[in-house]
Formats: sequence, structure tokens, C-alpha cells
Amino acid sequence: MAQQERERQTDRSLTMSRAIVEAIAHEMREDDDVFYMGEDVADYGGIFDSTAGLLEEFGHDRIMDVPISETAYIGAAVGAAQAGMRPIAELMFVDFFGVGMDQIYNQMAKNTYMSGGNVSVPMVLTAAVGGTYNDAAQHSQTLYGTFAHLPGMKVVVPSTAYDAKGLMHSAIRDDDPVVYLFHKRLMGIGWLPAPDGPKTGVPEEPYTIPFGEADVKREGADATVVTLGLHVHRALEAAESLADDGIDAEVIDLRTLVPLDIDTVRESVAKTGRLVVVDEDYRSYGVTGEIIARVAEDGLADLEAVERVAVPDVPIPYARAMETEVIPDAADIAAAVRNVRSNE
Amino acid sequence: MYENMVTARHYEERLQEEYLEGKQPAFDISAGPIPGELHLAAGHEASGAGVCQHLRDDDTVTAPHRPHHIAIAKGVDLERMTAEIFGRETGLSGGKGGHMHLFDPDVNFACSGIIAEGCPPAVGAGLAAKKRHSDAVAVAFLGEGAIDQGAFLESLNLASVQNLPVVFVIEDNDWAISMPKERVTDVENGAQRADGFDLPGARVDADDAIAIYDAAGEAVRRARDGNGPTLLEVQVHRRMGHFMGDAEGYRPDADKNAAAKRDSIERLAADLRAHDVDDETIEELRSRAHERVEAAIEWAKEQPEPDPADAYEDVFSDPPSGATEGDRSVAETGGDD
Repeated sequence: MAQQERERQTDRSLTMSRAIVEAIAHEMREDDDVFYMGEDVADYGGIFDSTAGLLEEFGHDRIMDVPISETAYIGAAVGAAQAGMRPIAELMFVDFFGVGMDQIYNQMAKNTYMSGGNVSVPMVLTAAVGGTYNDAAQHSQTLYGTFAHLPGMKVVVPSTAYDAKGLMHSAIRDDDPVVYLFHKRLMGIGWLPAPDGPKTGVPEEPYTIPFGEADVKREGADATVVTLGLHVHRALEAAESLADDGIDAEVIDLRTLVPLDIDTVRESVAKTGRLVVVDEDYRSYGVTGEIIARVAEDGLADLEAVERVAVPDVPIPYARAMETEVIPDAADIAAAVRNVRSNE
Repeated sequence: MYENMVTARHYEERLQEEYLEGKQPAFDISAGPIPGELHLAAGHEASGAGVCQHLRDDDTVTAPHRPHHIAIAKGVDLERMTAEIFGRETGLSGGKGGHMHLFDPDVNFACSGIIAEGCPPAVGAGLAAKKRHSDAVAVAFLGEGAIDQGAFLESLNLASVQNLPVVFVIEDNDWAISMPKERVTDVENGAQRADGFDLPGARVDADDAIAIYDAAGEAVRRARDGNGPTLLEVQVHRRMGHFMGDAEGYRPDADKNAAAKRDSIERLAADLRAHDVDDETIEELRSRAHERVEAAIEWAKEQPEPDPADAYEDVFSDPPSGATEGDRSVAETGGDD
């Protein structure tokens, strides 16, 4: 059954955070080796509701609040994973990655390779990403590119509740380290209102979404918009406004950056000839450049026009006027689509 | 010291009012006149005031994400700090930094929104002072939840082996967001961390501003005289949630009520009275502090919003290194502090 069909046939719709928690709870019931560690994840339930309600069912032994010490507890998750458990470690804000990054990229991501495949690290590292609520440069970054650039980590970025649940089931069952980046603006938190899009139908039974399968969230013939996370919804909004002007944009949600489903993107570009890549991460050396390069490598002849929409290479500013300026919105995306069509 | 504390308390009360404007009845963090998160320090005043009373403008202070009381005590420009918190063009950082990232180089004040991350730069400021044969000192403030963080522990070690003029001040308010301290560390007294690094550690209990002043005086003197770092832990309390909007569902009512009763400002006022300071003088200090806060908030609110295009400035130093001082355009400053 097609995914959208399943979303529609489901009576209940969930916020993204509830969908994530449902997947984690299911996996924890099935497998005693799954546990969750992080700052304020137990009694608080996760600052972004990523673990809301889990403490009541599983207790402090399996939903573990830890001291503020990312090096220690992320590294401990690596060790526990190597010992055969399936830990989920939460980095509260992705911006804090620097504190424990050595454990992330020199251990979690490399130990399988350095051991010649003799060691596996079946853990999930979750982190909140994204701005759009004026929290300034140390709490608003998206950093998709950083994790995807360094080899050895699978990188997952859900944009809807349906995807978030299926991808979390897959992440916990995966035998490799998975970095699962959820956007704060999509979680459905009371104090941080989400747009309408991420709350979708979510089946009660468990299901997996395989990594490396992008999802065409809107079909279109005139231009291909490739994006992920919050910007899937902004791209869909842009597509609606473009449709009013007779421009039919296709919107592709990458869903996972590692592995990357470039085939879906190439097929779309072969159809539309025009590519716009949208990212809430910094422009240089990131997702936008990577997607365009990969399409060009095998499909240069299909490319009539290309544009990228991303955060210009500046840290995220605090004041609203400046933050709005640097984080791409639907109008920026629509303008880029119009630009790539202007050579007709 | 009393005036500093009253200023900080009233400042926080006013910021709270302003912050909630536009966020009620449904709390939306991205609505209202003050952007982003806001971490208030009500209950911490004795720490900033008691320590910074010993400091000069050329001494460096690094503060954590709950910085206002420390900034006020260190003499950060109150008008421009307020404008920064409101995200205005004439703010300390032109609206780029916000309340967790306040920088005032005139009084060598900086802060960071990531736990314990102010400790290494304070060690660096101490190192610079030592290399330049200055008697300036550096003070790093951190919360008790930060004492398990590598940046803090490594900083203690580096400051100790290099014998640097640094004072580390742990503000113990008993809570790291939702975590009571007994669940994250096995030492009852954070100053015990000093033992492992062969430097003096001391703890001051009970929100006692005068005792904090005395202990900090000794630590700052020791640093200034070239005798190396000190670790000081001071007991403060958290009168509110971790951040504005935190419903504190994890915190027992008894703890909240106990915190509300421990008022360092009232305690200091009582001490002043015991030392024959009359009520009129205390009231005068209080009203002067209130007027100063009101003026700063009024001034800040009249300031213009930044131009969106300002977002592209300041990624790198301007002018580039090597340019002469005369090339630097002087930023407009406001207020009279």
C-alpha cells in the first residue's frame, strides 16, 4: 500500500513527538537491550517532548537522566552498543555536539571500520535541530551536513509523524550508528507551535521505513525541489503558491542523508529539467552542493537550471528581523523555482 | 552590593513582565517583544554582587546562560544589554547575540549558552594576564549542573598547573533544569572538585551575600597576588523555572516554597539594618535601582529593530586584521552607563 494511502486510512493523527515516542516504547517493550539516556529525558520528558511519558512505563533504569557530560554519556552509549545493547542517546541541542563530538565521530562512527567489521555500534543518537524561534547562534543550527559529511553514521531527518515513527523503528533496529535529527518546529510542542503538515495519520502497529528511500511529497512536472525536515513543509507551501501561477513543482523529501537516495532525485530532474535544493543548514560545503554535484555527475545533460536555497554562511542571528532574513521561507523557495524556470 | 542585587532582582521582574507580553494566554516562545528563550536569575543575586564587588574593569568575567545578575554586577552597560535582550540594533551585539550571548568588551564581560564553556576562555584570560605581567584576574561563573562537564574539570587542571589568576565560581541553585543535584553528582559540596587538582576550594552556604563577598575577596586577592586559582561554590536558589515557560512539573512544591523563603536580598537588608543602616538609606538605594532599571527598559524599547541585512555583517572582524585603528567606524552607543 502506498504510504500516503496508509496515512489517510489511519483514523488517528499524531504529532511528530508522539509518533517518535510510540516507536521507542514499542522497541523497548520488545527488546530489553533498548534504553534511552540523556539530559532531562526522564522526569522532564525531554525538553522537546522526545521522551514524554516513557518514564512512567519504563522507570529510571531504562529512561536515564544523566549528568551534563556529553563526552561521558555519548561515549558510554558507544560502549554499551559495542557490548551488544541498543542504546539511544539524546544530545539536547545539536549545537552542543562539540562537547561530545570526539566520541561521536572518532568512536561511534569509526569503530566498525577500524575493527575491520568485527565490532558493531548499534546505537541511535538523537538531537534537536533548527531555528525559527529566535534562540540565536548556539541553539538554532541545523548541521545536517556536518554529520552526513563524516563517514560511518547514518543520518535520518523526518518531516512528518508518519515518517518519524517508521524511521525510528528502523533506526533502533539498525546495527549501525544512526543520527536521528528531529526539527523542534515539527515536534508539536505546546510552547513551540508547529505548522499543520507534520501531524499526520500514524498506524498503531509498528512499521519500518527503509533508509535511503526519498519520498515524493508532491508530484510536479516543471521543477524539482529537493529538501528535508522543516523545509519540506515550506517547499510544499511554496508549491501551492506556484500552482496558482501555473507552475507545477515536485517536492522531494530526502528523509535520510546517509544513505542518500539520489536516484529518485535524478529521475525527477530527468522529468523536470530544473533543480532547486533547499536546506536550513549553511550554504557552503553542505547538502545543497552535494545534491547538485551528484545529479550533475550522472545527469548533467538533464540539468537545464539549478538553484540552491540555504542559510547564507552566517551564524544564526538572534533578533527576529535578521533570523527571518537568513532562514529560507516559502517565498524564497518560490522565487528560486521561478528563477530556474525563467530560461524558458 | 545591595544596590546591585536590588537592580538585578527588579531587572528580572521587569524582563519577566515584558517577556510574557504577547505570549499569553497560550505560551508561544516565538511571540512577544523579547525573542527566544529567557533564563532568569532571580535568587542568584548574591553571587554576582558578592564576587564582582572585588573586580575592576580590566578583570575578565565569563558567565553562563543565566547571566543578567553577573553582568549588572560587573558593570555591563545596562541600556545596551537591555536593547540586546530586546533584539535591537543598538544592543551590545547589535541584536545578533541575545540574552545568553552578551559581550561587553569595555568591562571584559562575555557569556556562552553552553554549559561550562565559559571556563576555558576564563583560563585564557588568566593566561594572558600572566603573560603580560598584569595583575588582572579572571572569574568563570558556572552552575552546579556544570561541575561534571569536561570543560570545567580540564580548566581546573590547566589553571592549576599553570598557576593562573582564575577564580571559578559555582552557583549552586540545586537544580540543573529538571535534575536535582543529588542525582547527578556524588559530592555534596561542589568545591570538593578542587581537591583533585591541588587548589583551594571553599563553599558558602545560605545565600549569604556578605559571606560570599568575604570568600570571593580572599580568592580574588590570591589570584591577583600571583598565587593561583581558587574554586568557590556559593549557595543560591532558583525562584523560577529553568527558563520562562518551564512549568517545573518535576519540582516538588516544598522545594519551590523553600526556595521562595530563602531571599538573599532580604537577608542582606537585615544585615545592613543590624549594622545601623537606616531604612531611609535602604529605601533610597532601592528606588534608585528601580529607576535605573525602568530607564534602561524604556530606552531599549525605543531603539530601532536591526536592518535584516545586518545579519551578513560581523562573521569576520571588520576591518580585517592589519587595518589601523582609525579605520574602525565607531558604533553608536546609547545610555549613560
